[in-house]
Amino acid sequence: MNRKIHLIDTTMRDGSHAVSHSFTKEQVRMIAQGLDDAGVDIIEISHGDGLAGSSINYGFSHTGEMELIKEASHVIKRARLGALLLPGIGTIRDLEEAYDNGVTAVRVATHVTEADIAIQHIKAAKERNMFTVGFLMMTHMASPEKILEQARIFEDCGVDYVNLADSAGHLLPDEVKERISLLNERLSVPVGFHAHNNMGLAIANSIAAIEEGAQYIDITCRGLGAGAGNCQGEVFAAVLNRLGYETGVDLFKILDVAEKIVDPIMQYPQIINTDSLMLGYVGVYSSFLLHAKRAAKRFDLDAKDILIELGRRQMVGGQEDMIVDVAYMLSQKKKAGKVTD
Amino acid sequence: MKKVKVAIIGPGNIGSDLMYKVFRSDTPEMSYMAGIVESEGIIRARQFGVKTSIEGIDPILEDNEIKIVFEATSAKAHLANAPRLKAAGKIAIDLTPAAVGPYVVPCVNLDKLSEEVNFNMVTCGGQATVPIAYAINRAADSEYTEIVSCISSKSAGQGTRANIDEFTETTAKALETLGGADKGKAIIILNPAEPPIMMTNTIYSIVRRPDENAIRESVCQIIEQIQKYVPGYRLRTPPILDGNKVTAIIEVEGAGDFLPKYSGNLDIINSAAIEVAEKIARERFLK
Repeated sequence: MNRKIHLIDTTMRDGSHAVSHSFTKEQVRMIAQGLDDAGVDIIEISHGDGLAGSSINYGFSHTGEMELIKEASHVIKRARLGALLLPGIGTIRDLEEAYDNGVTAVRVATHVTEADIAIQHIKAAKERNMFTVGFLMMTHMASPEKILEQARIFEDCGVDYVNLADSAGHLLPDEVKERISLLNERLSVPVGFHAHNNMGLAIANSIAAIEEGAQYIDITCRGLGAGAGNCQGEVFAAVLNRLGYETGVDLFKILDVAEKIVDPIMQYPQIINTDSLMLGYVGVYSSFLLHAKRAAKRFDLDAKDILIELGRRQMVGGQEDMIVDVAYMLSQKKKAGKVTD
Repeated sequence: MKKVKVAIIGPGNIGSDLMYKVFRSDTPEMSYMAGIVESEGIIRARQFGVKTSIEGIDPILEDNEIKIVFEATSAKAHLANAPRLKAAGKIAIDLTPAAVGPYVVPCVNLDKLSEEVNFNMVTCGGQATVPIAYAINRAADSEYTEIVSCISSKSAGQGTRANIDEFTETTAKALETLGGADKGKAIIILNPAEPPIMMTNTIYSIVRRPDENAIRESVCQIIEQIQKYVPGYRLRTPPILDGNKVTAIIEVEGAGDFLPKYSGNLDIINSAAIEVAEKIARERFLK
């Protein structure tokens, strides 16, 4: 038997994007109960863009996230209840409220080059004895050496592990390996990985991360998540069983959560179509997908063209507002083109 | 024209850029730069023939000719300095988050603060977005206003990075108190793209009277007022209506005085501070 791999379920956080932040208390209660019973280590819940992400820019939550957190907290018996926090969107005050409602693990996420904006939040979490994770997003946009430099900022604040996210689903397995292996070799804390399936590589990349020493892997039931979704939890549990890793997750129980609870909630099948492939191909933040589709409709454009322009501009996570900017610019260009025709 | 002497506390990037702007202005006259150590900024000021102190603000307090003092240090330092400046009869223009005095965004409420002796400059995002929020509210009555400020990583200083919550909380509050929204929310994003991106700001508002023409007219009017003190302030996307939701996007290019042009965020707060100083100088000391 190989070493233990910790599975972090983020169906009710990253998956929140794919249902436009519409989770209800009842859905949360059922998913949280099922996942807790199935044996995942951390159950993450919050708006897709983290605590206080409910906004015009990212979409309003149907039910307030603190209500959902309370609901999950009531039914979870063994897993840790986690939340995501993006400094610049959520604040320490939001973290305190989540903590008061039962959250005991927090992942503080920044763009891959901006780790230092998370120091105050990580320290606040550690003061409350929370399980605290430093989370770097869009890791395809930086070299392994740069990522190590940023991860060290988290390490110095005392995080419990450092998580690397391939937020655009752009990385290839070898690129995941060079990032994870350098961190695993040089950091004193464990390393984790968060995949997106925009290029069809979420499972392969998560295995690549494990092979280089990653101990924490993010999963979602049915792969529910931004873009083409994440590493599909029930499939990954089966793969890890075959590879001989210990996860503590009961395969048949998580299969049931995915099939009987999450599947009926899904608003569209989590497939790789042109738009989601484009996210991965040009390296754009996965949660831009639905916003780009809406803007394409509003301005009579092709979502693909909007996403390509966003990639060219090197937009980072959270810049959903620039989708309107790009769409407006493209529509003006289109109009100007028509006039000259 | 007779000039009014001013001092700057804090010779960092903000303080140095302020000094360059004071040199360019025809009302305030640069008199003193105060710091706590012999720094690059102190040396720079001295090279320009400005009096300097590395022993705090005592020489400024003792100089009766200095009427206006810019505080470009930290909230903690300004909390300590504010009562001393007041006792010495100086007007304080505070660029820290201390918020001893009321928030001021020149084109929105400077006219209403004619007796005030301590002005807080809100945040860079507040200077960039509150005017638009205010313009939308006066035309359409905002229930909720939300802004997203994106600045280049290179122009986000240590102070901003170490306390990013202060930005979101202060800006949100100013969207309510000055911008007129029933509820405000602020988001800040740092983008490391090379070459550095200009500061961009998106202002969203849910309004009770969605009249596109009235909103556009009101927004264009306030932009003209801001451009008088921030020439690089531009509308990227004019107010677009989607039901009762307004979206407008603006870009701020800096003047490139001491800081590079992409630092529109630092430029706009400094330009607004200079605007306050010029008005006080004219109305209180040069009459």
